[in-house]
Amino acid sequence: MATIQIPDALLVKNYIAGDENALAVLIQRHQSKIYGFIYSKMADRDVADDIFQDTFIKVIKTLKSNSYNEEGKFLPWVMRISHNLIVDHYRKNKKMPMLRETEEFSIFSILTDSSLNAEGRIITDVIEKDLRKIIQELPNDQKEVLMMRIYQDYSFNEIAELTGVSINTALGRMRYAILNLRKVIEKNQIILTN
Amino acid sequence: MAKLYSKKALANTKMLPKKQTISFILNYSKALNVVKVGNLNFEIIAN
Repeated sequence: MATIQIPDALLVKNYIAGDENALAVLIQRHQSKIYGFIYSKMADRDVADDIFQDTFIKVIKTLKSNSYNEEGKFLPWVMRISHNLIVDHYRKNKKMPMLRETEEFSIFSILTDSSLNAEGRIITDVIEKDLRKIIQELPNDQKEVLMMRIYQDYSFNEIAELTGVSINTALGRMRYAILNLRKVIEKNQIILTN
Repeated sequence: MAKLYSKKALANTKMLPKKQTISFILNYSKALNVVKVGNLNFEIIAN
C-alpha cells in the first residue's frame, strides 16, 4: 500500500502550530542522514549522539521561537546546524584538550594551587609578627623610614618631605634600618623563611 | 556449490542515534515552551 508522505515544510508548520508528533516524524525521516553525517566527522558514537542531540535542541528552540526561515529546506538547514556544532566541537577541543589521568601523567602536575595551606599561613603569620617585633628594636628615625616605605608604601621623596629630611638621609636611614635588622636576625639566629 | 557469505551484511550500514537520544529530544520538545515578550524570548521548561 502506498503511503502519502507529508512534506517537511508541512510537518514543520504543524510542529510550530503545536503538533509534537510532527517532530517525531521529521526525526524518523532524517535521523539516518543527519546522524551519518555527524558520525562521518566524529567517529565517536557518544560524541556523535551529543551533537545530534544538540542539533535538535537548537532546531526545537528555533522553531518554537518562530525564528525559522521558511525559505530554506528543512534537512539542509539541520545539516548546517550540525556542521556548525561539529566545527564548534573541534574548536573547543583544540583550545581545551581533554586530559585523562594516567600512570605517567597526573593532572596535578599542571594544576597547582598557589595559595598557602593552613601550615603555611601560620608560619607566615609568625614570621610577620617576629619581623614587626625586631623592627620595634630599631632606632626611631630608621624605624620611621622603614615603616613608611614598607608598610605605608610611601616613596622616598614623600618620606623625605614628611619627615623633613633630605632624600639622601631618608635613603641612608632605610639602608641602616635594613643592615640593623640583618644584624639582629643573625645575632639572635632567627629563621625568617617559609 | 560454495556458500555465499556476502549476502548478509555483517555491519549495519544504517547509522542511527541511540533510542535514548531520540526520546530525550522528543521529551525536551514537549517540555519546552518559548514565550516571546517584546524582543526577548523566554524559555520555560516544564518538569
